[in-house]
Amino acid sequence: MHELGIANSILDGVAKEIERRPGTRPTKVGVRIGQLAGVDPDALNFAFEALTLETDLQGLKLAIEFRAPQARCRDCANEYEIHNYDLTCPACQSPNGQCIGGDELEFAYLEVEEDEPCAAGRKSSE
Amino acid sequence: MNRVPLEGKVLNENARVAAELRERFRQHRVLVVNLISSPGSGKTTLLEKTLENLPTAERVAVLTGDLQTENDANRLKRYGFPVKQIVTGGTCHLDARMIEKHIADWDFAKLDLLIIENVGNLVCPSSYDLGEAAKIVLLSVTEGEDKPLKYPSIFFKSELMVLTKTDLLPYVPFDIQEAVENARRVHPEIEMLRVSCLTGNGLRDWLNWLERRKRTFLADVAETVA
Repeated sequence: MHELGIANSILDGVAKEIERRPGTRPTKVGVRIGQLAGVDPDALNFAFEALTLETDLQGLKLAIEFRAPQARCRDCANEYEIHNYDLTCPACQSPNGQCIGGDELEFAYLEVEEDEPCAAGRKSSE
Repeated sequence: MNRVPLEGKVLNENARVAAELRERFRQHRVLVVNLISSPGSGKTTLLEKTLENLPTAERVAVLTGDLQTENDANRLKRYGFPVKQIVTGGTCHLDARMIEKHIADWDFAKLDLLIIENVGNLVCPSSYDLGEAAKIVLLSVTEGEDKPLKYPSIFFKSELMVLTKTDLLPYVPFDIQEAVENARRVHPEIEMLRVSCLTGNGLRDWLNWLERRKRTFLADVAETVA
């Protein structure tokens, strides 16, 4: 249920970035979410769409990179993804993997387009 | 189309306030723990027993969060320690701003321990840093052994798992070993305690854990200052 607040925070981040880039409009925002972040991607997509509907940002796409937790092997220092909570190192089969990430909830990128110059041109010729 | 990198946490406003709170707690050497569980796992009861068994000179305060009612604060005020209710009005978790607002008039120089009882919910509270030193998750034996696998986020982020209502073990088909294994699959280093607030079994272990955690917190603060 907190996905609505998270979607709102994503839109705040987009608005801040756009303020720094006058003359552009955002088309897609990318975020990285770890599987251990406790965020449901479907609920987040739904909230994001609901919040942008009939606003200036309608149509803005949300791209979620949903990441598996990461581990580092304590024995051979190999770094790998954890699947199904199995910490076994795929390189040396050691069971001494240590979880080093997977709860991230962070921005990745923003795609922007220049405001359409032809529209601006038409306006000035009127 | 032009792609520009964006940095920072999505909940960066919460993260900023939480970092300020953490710094403040450290400056005043107040250990802050954040209790999280499903509704009805026994957070308030564990707190009642905790306050009942602490020496009256203990410098402890409690913040308790709920969607509605002041009931929990009223239950906890009987023990004579400072207690404040946070009514979220429907929000399913506490956030750092709510903590900041509710502790504004507390004198932290007079405290050693602050216990925050989060809103009963195993999902959302795990995303919101409150500036605490440790998250603690409660799991009662009337719930499923697979809760750590269903709600991995909170078990991953918690330092300690407290199994509660253990007096009911003879009457419920709860497999402790399986619950422990599931929690360790998600978080191999998680510490475990078993407590019955009805019989008092394990309560001493819990109080000792808090004492020990206060000491490691103070040692950690001293090390950073030095």
